[in-house]
Amino acid sequence: MDLHRIKVQVNGKTYEREVESRRTLADFLRMDLSLTGTHLGCEHGVCGACTVLLNGNTARACLTLAVQADQCEITTIEGLAHADGTLSVLQQAFQECHGLQCGFCTPGMLTTLTELLNENLSPTDAQVREAISGNLCRCTGYQAIVDAALLAAQKLRDQRV
Amino acid sequence: MKPVSFIYHRPQQLSEALDLVAELDNYKIIAGGQSLMPMMNFRFVMPDHVIDLNQVAELSHISKENQQLHIGSMTRQQAIYSSALVQEHIPLITQAYSFVSHRQIRNRGTFGGSLCHLDPSSEQPCFTAALDGVIEVASQSGTREIPIANWTAMYMTPDLAPNEIMLGAKLSIWPKTHGWSFMEYSRRHGDYAIVGVAVLVSLSTTSTIEKISIALCGIDAAPVRLFDTEKALQNQTADEGAIRMALDEIEKLPNIMEDALNTSDYRRHLAKTLTRRAMLEAFERAKKRMS
Repeated sequence: MDLHRIKVQVNGKTYEREVESRRTLADFLRMDLSLTGTHLGCEHGVCGACTVLLNGNTARACLTLAVQADQCEITTIEGLAHADGTLSVLQQAFQECHGLQCGFCTPGMLTTLTELLNENLSPTDAQVREAISGNLCRCTGYQAIVDAALLAAQKLRDQRV
Repeated sequence: MKPVSFIYHRPQQLSEALDLVAELDNYKIIAGGQSLMPMMNFRFVMPDHVIDLNQVAELSHISKENQQLHIGSMTRQQAIYSSALVQEHIPLITQAYSFVSHRQIRNRGTFGGSLCHLDPSSEQPCFTAALDGVIEVASQSGTREIPIANWTAMYMTPDLAPNEIMLGAKLSIWPKTHGWSFMEYSRRHGDYAIVGVAVLVSLSTTSTIEKISIALCGIDAAPVRLFDTEKALQNQTADEGAIRMALDEIEKLPNIMEDALNTSDYRRHLAKTLTRRAMLEAFERAKKRMS
């Protein structure tokens, strides 16, 4: 077995683990760190459920090796809420707009839209749809997710002034 | 789905990476991993060694030298898509990247990874062909340059020896007043194109064509340039007649590839429709920039 010692910061907490080179980042998060909020749908980069933030930018955790994440900062769904457990503005908006039903795609939707809202607080409907074009949802028909993203953007803009 | 066991190598310098590819058998280079990782997860690819170029910083750059843009092989697709330098000098590339996959994939995926993976439907070899790209590769014994026309050895296989690594590509910058267009059709946004087309045109003051470049993807293993049309259109008027000439050449293309979903006839039809639209858009942009 080809083992490597890696050190990562996940949701602000530092972990050091030994991983096999073939371990994907998604399996590392779920099986080695027990952070099962990152979901695995297709495991070949199509469904988007496993999307995490890798050094601030979205990446498919199923298409990244854990060993490649050595020395990186990772944010998963578990890291989006505030330390006291209150939901982020985006998460709150998902709740208010019914932006999820079964919740399987939600971790990927939230990380993806977090990146969008970090860069653009006034996205158009079309920009939101393009942002989540790499995330499959089989429940909502996307409308409620788009509504939630636009509501979150509105709330974040209001907070700023 | 898990990849088979392999030994992971993470060179920090290009020289280290070149030593590895010279020495190892059954290796795969991982760039962004956005095509290789699915293939490894499915076990279509079972390498004994994986060489990760992500730490080799010298392979990631975008720069302008003389009348060319140089793009390093490990430059992220998103970095090229959002580059002001690229947008200013080769807006065709920016438009092409608007069709390339999704943000999450572009954040990791690289220009060189795409050129070496060489999917026949990929936008990146297509715009490289339209721009007369020259690909630079290195081995322990030095570097060599390969024009894009000679880059495809066969289906999804570049003309790259096992002891070589792609360094980047040099892409020609057209005159400031040139027109451009990239169009494609795919079933879902972000999918590989069924057919895509890149057009560049430069017009004289009297609206005749000084130079035109038309490249198609999704037709054959390598991007297809309409060289006959390009030559015939020199000094011709940029109008419907010019477009008809391109469509006639597409009509005569032999052996357009097909798969379970898209027949050769359908691809030919798409190629004509998209080329027509792209030429119109490129002409319009050139005329606007000339006036």
